[in-house]
Amino acid sequence: MNGLLDPLPWLILLPLAWASLAFLLGPGRGGRLALAGLAGQLALALWLARRLIEGGPVSHAVGGWGAPLGIDLYADGLSAVMLLLTQAVALPLAFYARAYFAQGAGQFWPLAGFLLAAMNALFLAADLFNLYVTLELLGLAAVGLVALGGGAEPSRAALRYLVVSLAASGAYLLGVALIYGSYGTVAIAPLTPLIAAQAPLAVGLAAGLMLLGLVAKSALFPFHFWLPPAHGGAPAPVSALLSALVVKAAFYLILRLWLGPFAPLTADWGWLPALAGAGAILWGSWQALRTPRLKQLVAWSTVAQLGYLFLIFPLFGLKEPALQAGTLQAVAHGLAKAAMFAAAGILLKATGRDAVDGLAGVAGRLPLTLFAFGLAGVTLMGLPPSAGFLAKWLLIDAALEQGLWPLVAIVLAGGLLAAAYVFRVLRQAFLLAPEAQQFHPVPRRLEWAAFGLAAASVLLGLRGVELMALLGIGVAP
Amino acid sequence: MSAGLLYALAGVLLFALGLGGIVLLRHALRRILAFNVMGSGAFLVLVGLAQRDGGADPVPQAMVLTGIVVAVAATALALALLRRLPEDRP
Amino acid sequence: MSPNEALPLAVLLSSLLPGLIIFALPESWVGTRTTLNLAGALAKLVLVGLLLAGVAAGQDYGFRHAVLPGVELVFKADALALLFVTLSTVLWLFTTFYAIGYLEDAPHRSRFFGFFSLCVTATMGIAMAGNLFTFFVFYELLTLATFPLVVHRGTPQAMRGGTVYLAYTLGGGALLLTGIVWLHALAGTADFAHGGYLAALPPRAAGQLQFAFLLLIAGVGVKAALVPLHGWLPQAMVAPAPVSALLHAVAVVKAGAFGIVRIVYEVYGVEFAQSLELLTPLAVAAAITIVWGSWRALFQDDLKKRLAYSTVSQVSYIALGVALFGPIGTIGGLVHLVHQGIMKITLFFCAGNYAETLGVHKVSELNGAGRRMPLTSVAFSVAAFGMIGVAPTAGYVSKWYLGEGALAADMSWVVAVLWTSSLLNAAYFLPILYRLWFRPQPAGWPAEHIPARGWRETGWLLLMPPLFTALAVLVAGLFAEADWSPLAWAKLIAEREYLQ
Repeated sequence: MNGLLDPLPWLILLPLAWASLAFLLGPGRGGRLALAGLAGQLALALWLARRLIEGGPVSHAVGGWGAPLGIDLYADGLSAVMLLLTQAVALPLAFYARAYFAQGAGQFWPLAGFLLAAMNALFLAADLFNLYVTLELLGLAAVGLVALGGGAEPSRAALRYLVVSLAASGAYLLGVALIYGSYGTVAIAPLTPLIAAQAPLAVGLAAGLMLLGLVAKSALFPFHFWLPPAHGGAPAPVSALLSALVVKAAFYLILRLWLGPFAPLTADWGWLPALAGAGAILWGSWQALRTPRLKQLVAWSTVAQLGYLFLIFPLFGLKEPALQAGTLQAVAHGLAKAAMFAAAGILLKATGRDAVDGLAGVAGRLPLTLFAFGLAGVTLMGLPPSAGFLAKWLLIDAALEQGLWPLVAIVLAGGLLAAAYVFRVLRQAFLLAPEAQQFHPVPRRLEWAAFGLAAASVLLGLRGVELMALLGIGVAP
Repeated sequence: MSAGLLYALAGVLLFALGLGGIVLLRHALRRILAFNVMGSGAFLVLVGLAQRDGGADPVPQAMVLTGIVVAVAATALALALLRRLPEDRP
Repeated sequence: MSPNEALPLAVLLSSLLPGLIIFALPESWVGTRTTLNLAGALAKLVLVGLLLAGVAAGQDYGFRHAVLPGVELVFKADALALLFVTLSTVLWLFTTFYAIGYLEDAPHRSRFFGFFSLCVTATMGIAMAGNLFTFFVFYELLTLATFPLVVHRGTPQAMRGGTVYLAYTLGGGALLLTGIVWLHALAGTADFAHGGYLAALPPRAAGQLQFAFLLLIAGVGVKAALVPLHGWLPQAMVAPAPVSALLHAVAVVKAGAFGIVRIVYEVYGVEFAQSLELLTPLAVAAAITIVWGSWRALFQDDLKKRLAYSTVSQVSYIALGVALFGPIGTIGGLVHLVHQGIMKITLFFCAGNYAETLGVHKVSELNGAGRRMPLTSVAFSVAAFGMIGVAPTAGYVSKWYLGEGALAADMSWVVAVLWTSSLLNAAYFLPILYRLWFRPQPAGWPAEHIPARGWRETGWLLLMPPLFTALAVLVAGLFAEADWSPLAWAKLIAEREYLQ
């Protein structure tokens, strides 16, 4: 379907437009523009979801050209869910960022806009090469955001992130080249029957290369090393965007490809990513328990939580539960982690230092922020009634059906470890404040933005049916 | 062995060289250069494999053009970041 | 939504909404907060009254909400649910009064009362849960809502207690979840039903069902403080007195005990559980807990710790009653759910009064406190006699039915356990009473905070709740045969569980 009133291209053009305008306005300007644009994007994503529910998957040939030389956009349930998540996380974060960057946002707004444009384009891309381009653009914008703080430390973290990101997308690109060499197309839809019919060795190699690249981009253990400095060192709104959304983009691609065209290739080695996921859960949680710094703790928690996403690989035989558990976990973690980084940023501003030990007494001073942190923690621990709990339930249920007891054990252990590091923070916060403790006042808007995100991550657990109905649109049986 | 396959194999070699450089080299500037070698390798594979029927296939050509633009942008960003690091510790 | 669906929802909301509003209130709005608290508690009382009348007349109340395809939150206010709902509602009202008096001028009261209300909401959810999924949701919510209450004082000691509490309860929650999902994988989604819903499974699943039962009971056994899972309970004593009262009498340990009741009667079904040979091990575990808790209580000088070990022991009477195959034992266990609640809450109110008024925390400091605080001490004595099982208190009724049930089930060793426990109860309560009433008063109290004014030995908000609950202990015993007594309601439930 084409026409000016199609939401698909506008979801990409709108952030591109406000980002460019914000750039022209100059450093620190454009926050209000971004808010308006994001509100529009959220409306578009909701509209798209409604169209999907009414009429199934939609596609759009950009400029009327169409594949193979033109670019096709395509949206099914999975795309719609990820688009909704992106806009729903970005809008409160924009409110947050406007209050957070009181002393000048630098190039935050243009970079955030480009980031969102790349992300939306990625969720709508219908062929492997466009996925590469959007992935690369997303990486560039994310690196720019990490370097936003200026100074040597953020720049070093950004450079490291960039190099990993480039190497990873290079591997992905080589995989795309091999696929094109084998089949003469990179569009996902026609590839599916081709690969199912016959998959030469080159295709297996290509899939392996692409998975390696995507895994490095989504910071799966043992490729996680770039994440804690990059996410932990950036300003809080940036950390929130990166941890909540950017790493999910690579995971979305994995879901899209390995539940789609590459599904015939997963049978034998699904335990390998699951093993790495288990390693991520244990190692990430352990580091989160040990680090003295609050934002590093939250960043390590991201490493651990990303591990859950890869536990679904051995369940790919049961297509639907794997998709549901993976997506639900991605959505729950996205909302919760954005809330948690936002709350951590507030605590940092209030106590003046990035230390878990410095939090004594914040329970009395910043109850709303701490409540937000706690609610986000509930989602990460996978306790009811949060969306994280539903994800865990689906995962355990599917694992038990397959008799995969080790998977059950690791999910439960991960939940308890998450409780250990979340309550490590909460305990400290409930302690009585030492006399000398100084608290800087923080704007209430910051607190409400964090709280809104956290509450959404918990309350979403009551609306799982609607989410799953949307997710199921366009999934081949 | 056709010319296209030869190109592709050379591309794979370049890619491996570049990837090795990114992993093994310590100096940031060398790693950025290694990334460029790696990217060129991937482009060569893309163009090389698509030539096997004799005539040139326009689609991978377009892809490689796009890819080069992206790689140039990435290199520029990497160099800009590199300049912000203190001189003594690359 | 029909009235029969709306009523259980309203019962949940009558504490949830005030709780959420209270969180947002500034610390200094004492009047608004108190009004909200009491309005919620009274509204809940009225709503529960309506439910009781309806259920007695045979009405069905409940509603469901799907959260995932095939996974539903189910609420059902049946007779068993209402036993627990009514207990919690009544005791919540008293505890609210008490807490308002207890926390006068203390810091962070908005936070305290907010979580307090959430805690009661979670208890209501546990009581009215109509399937294991819903039960688990509220079971974990209860853990989360009680943690801030346990660590409320913010001292390092409180933190240690809170951490131990969390480690036990979250670990138990993980076991419970495993058991629940396993049953879900075996038997699909099913609501609680009289006589259980697992009996129809093929016999080859028996081994799995036994193991799942172990997981489930271990999961709820943490909150019910079954030995060896009881370690958190004495540690959680650092909480303020109203919280201890709530933890021990209404919310946490009862949630565990209630879980055992639901799992045995309405998931497995008592007859099926008996055929899987699950009831005797449960009875043995309960018996060990009863004796061990009483034994440990003997050696505690800290009054609240002694009461905590007493709780460990007394709550397992409920599990014991459940594990005795036969309606009489069931009645004993169920009625003890209520009786233990009113007796234990009285004891904790009184312990709080001694601590708040005189600064007395230890048994050895209680000499002559009966003369200084006669009303509190009378209430304490009544409840202590109830715990020992002296006629005509409520505790006597429970123990009578448990003993009869044991004989009817041919488990006469249980009677020996009951006797041993009663002797131990006497051994750790009677010395306290002796000190209260017969030892001379010391020259001064450790820290007297509240002076006596006429017959009011302490603040009236602190004094009234234990007097009322002590009266309830007597009334529940004296009028046990009346239509409206807890015993009559327990008989109604037992009838419905055994005669389907």
